[in-house]
Amino acid sequence: MYLYDEIDQRLVDERVAQFRDQTRRFLAGELSEDEFRALRLQNGLYIQRYAPMLRIAIPYGLLSSRQLRKLADIVRKYDRNYGHFSTRQNLQINWPKLEDVPQILAELASVQMHAIQTSGNCVRNITTDQFAGIAHDEIIDPRPYCELIRQWSTFHPEFAYLPRKFKIAVSGSLDDRAATLVHDIGVHAVKNAAGEIGFRVIVGGGLGRTPIVGPTIREFLPREHLLTYLDACLRVYNRYGRRDNKYKARIKILVKELTPAVYAQHVEEEWAHLKDGPATVTEAEFARLGGFFVDPRYESLGGEDPDCQARIAESRPFANWVKRNVFAHKVPGYAAVTLSLKKTGVPPGDATAEQMEAVAELADTYSFGEVRVSHEQNLILADVKQADLHAVWQKARAIGFATPNIGLLTDIVCCPGGDFCSLANAKSIPIAEAIQRRFDDLDYLFDLGPIDLNISGCMNACGHHHVGHIGILGVDKSGAEWYQVSLGGSQGNQASLGKVIGPSFAQAEMADVIEKIISTYVERRSDEELFIDTVRRVGIEPFKARVYGGAHAAAH
Amino acid sequence: MPQLIKDRKIVDDPWLLVKPASDGVLPAIPHAGDVIVPLSVWQESKQRLLERDGRLGLWLDSHEEPAAIALDLANFAVLAVNFPTHTDGRGYSIARLLRERYGYAGELRAIGDVLRDQMFYMHRCGFNAFAVRADKSIENALTAFTDFSEAYQSAVDEPVPLFRRRLQ
Repeated sequence: MYLYDEIDQRLVDERVAQFRDQTRRFLAGELSEDEFRALRLQNGLYIQRYAPMLRIAIPYGLLSSRQLRKLADIVRKYDRNYGHFSTRQNLQINWPKLEDVPQILAELASVQMHAIQTSGNCVRNITTDQFAGIAHDEIIDPRPYCELIRQWSTFHPEFAYLPRKFKIAVSGSLDDRAATLVHDIGVHAVKNAAGEIGFRVIVGGGLGRTPIVGPTIREFLPREHLLTYLDACLRVYNRYGRRDNKYKARIKILVKELTPAVYAQHVEEEWAHLKDGPATVTEAEFARLGGFFVDPRYESLGGEDPDCQARIAESRPFANWVKRNVFAHKVPGYAAVTLSLKKTGVPPGDATAEQMEAVAELADTYSFGEVRVSHEQNLILADVKQADLHAVWQKARAIGFATPNIGLLTDIVCCPGGDFCSLANAKSIPIAEAIQRRFDDLDYLFDLGPIDLNISGCMNACGHHHVGHIGILGVDKSGAEWYQVSLGGSQGNQASLGKVIGPSFAQAEMADVIEKIISTYVERRSDEELFIDTVRRVGIEPFKARVYGGAHAAAH
Repeated sequence: MPQLIKDRKIVDDPWLLVKPASDGVLPAIPHAGDVIVPLSVWQESKQRLLERDGRLGLWLDSHEEPAAIALDLANFAVLAVNFPTHTDGRGYSIARLLRERYGYAGELRAIGDVLRDQMFYMHRCGFNAFAVRADKSIENALTAFTDFSEAYQSAVDEPVPLFRRRLQ
């Protein structure tokens, strides 16, 4: 992974000193609430329902075991012994004291971490595929490009006060696991016919109130032009994005109002002035950054591990876990393991200090000391020998991280919701738990196959409900919490947005509603047809008919 | 006389900023003295402004186009860019365009809601003068320029990005 040099370290240290002084001036009354707001947000600090919330950056989801141990220390010392891994591959802690935050940032800086630009109307943490560098379907390792963009975006002087927040995702594989089509900018690393590396650039996708699958504005951008082109994209947005209405301020609205073709034209005109300028990336820099993301020292193992195969044959629970939580690795004899943070009864994405430490230990013993965070809110050990899978499974079971449900209905993506977040219209965690409890039969879950269920507590869509095969959105109706259900969303290469099936439901009805949707699928599916394919084939009508009893009698 | 920060020093500011009153009406421009006028006034009465006694400056609001004055830059002893609020970031792009695209080399002044904690970025984008909001300590604002000792990106103060300098 990327390691700071003296300059990177100095910059995060100077950031800590800057925020310490800003916090001091705020507490002394020299900065107003309003003046302090933008400053604290650019350091990840929200003032929430019960306490401040601090969002710690995990750049493109990569953590060393040392960093994870530091996070465990921090949640133990400054919080209530747990943290929440978010859909942005970050870690949120919900109970820090405002006056402690500068010290927390100093502790983070001691392990090359920070909370820079994890909120505010600026370029946020760059996200990517959790299997970057090891995926069997990878064209290009996206991580050096993520780091290049991270450095470019960190303290970018021109784009710290954009109309609205700005999220960039990078993918380098055939299968897009970074949801690049629903980001402000998505870049797909690709090779052209001549074998040169470049990017397909997608601008103006997004979720929230106006969900849009992003249009491609440039099919092939040679890689040396990445930063000047991003400067042009952002400059057009910074100057012409709407600032009069925060619900229309995201770049997707600008791109939609101008049309993608006209926006692309503006970008090309701007870029003509920047292209080949000093910000053009050098081959030496690509080589330097690439050098941080070389393969670890894999053993030469040959193919499938026979002992592991024997264990699979012997133990059904182990076989289930391997089937659901183990991902193919590009190197023979290795595998990537997803530790499920989706155990029934635990808020999705939450981990205690002890669990973080146990995962750090697993990483040190079995996976070259590295851990990754996925945007589905799970943790990944990316380089495990197949021969070690059984041991990893047993140890993961001991800490409650071995639920064999990755990609299944109970691997729910869920925002913190009304239990924590001041923006939420409704709670989301109790809905997740009710559904997990209803579908607790593993055999049945396996039979249902892959189903993405996403829950957001409000229109801001932190739980990415639009791209869930089943999406649940908390809505406020005259002070009461209700839930709207949509079907047919998906992420990845064929990203699509779900359609709302009808009027919303009370919290107590939700497990029944999901059960009716699932039983409709079971009746309608043909052979091995996946849930999403059945929804696409039969449409939402049969589901509606079952859920609302035909006459929409249960409608509210 | 009001003060401002210019080239990292606190100096007296002899310039009169001509801006609409709260009712939207522009005050009359005095016959003599240094004035900074809005874009609309410049566009309507170029000749009259050039013939009066005193130096001439111009200010752009955050929604206005720097391209509109690209050919007129030699006429101005000061250019100013307004920040209606400290969270309106359009002025940063305007400053870079004036410096990098249109080659303006004179005084570039940030006016409006100009606060200490935005000044480091303003400086990187090409501002060299800061009319710090009157209720804030101008001495404290002077410390803003040393918040960071390095920067990753190409900008006006250092066009060569860190990755090109790091490898030397």
